[in-house]
Amino acid sequence: MAFELPPLPYADDALEPHISAETLAYHYGKHHRAYVDNLNKLTAGTEWADKTLEDIIREADGAIFNNGAQVWNHSFYWKCLSPAGGGEPTGEVATRIISFFGSIADFRANFTAAAVSQFGSGWAWLVSAPSGQMSIATTSNAGNPLRDDQKPLLTCDVWEHAYYIDYRNARPKYLEHFWDLVNWDFVANNL
Amino acid sequence: MTFKLPDLPYDTNALEPHIDTRTMAIHHGKHHQAYVNNLNAALEGHPELQDKTAIELVTDLDAVPESIRTAVRNNGGGHVNHSLFWTVMGPKAGGSPSGSLADDIDSAFGSLEAFKGEFSTAAKTVFGSGWAWLCVGPDGKLLVTKTPNQDNPISTGEGIPILGLDVWEHAYYLEYQNRRPDYIEAWWNVVDWNRVEGYYTAVKAGGKVMDVADWASAQWQKFGEILGKLTD
Repeated sequence: MAFELPPLPYADDALEPHISAETLAYHYGKHHRAYVDNLNKLTAGTEWADKTLEDIIREADGAIFNNGAQVWNHSFYWKCLSPAGGGEPTGEVATRIISFFGSIADFRANFTAAAVSQFGSGWAWLVSAPSGQMSIATTSNAGNPLRDDQKPLLTCDVWEHAYYIDYRNARPKYLEHFWDLVNWDFVANNL
Repeated sequence: MTFKLPDLPYDTNALEPHIDTRTMAIHHGKHHQAYVNNLNAALEGHPELQDKTAIELVTDLDAVPESIRTAVRNNGGGHVNHSLFWTVMGPKAGGSPSGSLADDIDSAFGSLEAFKGEFSTAAKTVFGSGWAWLCVGPDGKLLVTKTPNQDNPISTGEGIPILGLDVWEHAYYLEYQNRRPDYIEAWWNVVDWNRVEGYYTAVKAGGKVMDVADWASAQWQKFGEILGKLTD
């Protein structure tokens, strides 16, 4: 069965003014779709065609890994954002973030610093280890923490295509707005 | 030394319609400036490195203390790569190389078209941020290669670059968005082959390939002279 582009979980103008409809039109409609199309082309008739994206992330290399992981990463990123997002986490997420990072503010500052300093294209992540230990990770290009046995809880895409139309070179500004969109309910479901 | 952002050797609108004014202004004034600032910040407190040019730093990263090696690799590379990039483009450019560069491109790649195809493929297939390069290899032959992020082929000794194409998304996103192949195709119209021939001649001075270390200091001066002369 072919890999499919999942529907965007909101309208493409739903994240304005933080992320523009124009950005989402390209980011979802062109970039995400291209990863899906490339993955289907690369895997057609191969052993990878019937695998899950998670299998591909854990086992594949080269172009199949790059496109497969980028399909997964973007699908996950869209769910990390919501027009009703932002604010502070509550409940179990808040308790655990505070226990590992000291405070919500410290977590946010550390995650932001990691995202801003990731050199080149990549992703910033909040992850949890099998032990439950939470940490912040960055990956370059298509990298995904599942490959290192870390469970993704939250991600921010810092490829320039994620923010260049709206914020140009000002990645820190994009991060400020990212926090206004974080879907903490989704993060809680990932625990 | 404290590194400075070199002036662009032409107006920000000079490469229109192939590379738009807004992109040039931000690419040079913000991105390149940030590499210069971050390189200077990394070198603060390292007086032993003060006499080195940016190319010398990037050519021998092992000589840079480990605590700042990544910062110098990324930001020194960013400074060197962009300094080269501005000089190999120009208005009223494009067309074909001539002289020994034209001959050697034909013998290395078969034809100019074949070379452009190989170079364009390298540029299209950089996954994420990076550069495509035409280099003179240690054996004196021309080769096409690509590097991730702000890495430069001189750091590994793979070759001495005489032409580079920036395929970070910031180089083309405002004008071409996700259509990197369109940007690459348009870019050939602004390649200043006279400049590339000049670099090629310098690298092959005296009929042999320059030692990388000698080349590094000479080349840095050459970028400076070219950038300076054209903006006087």
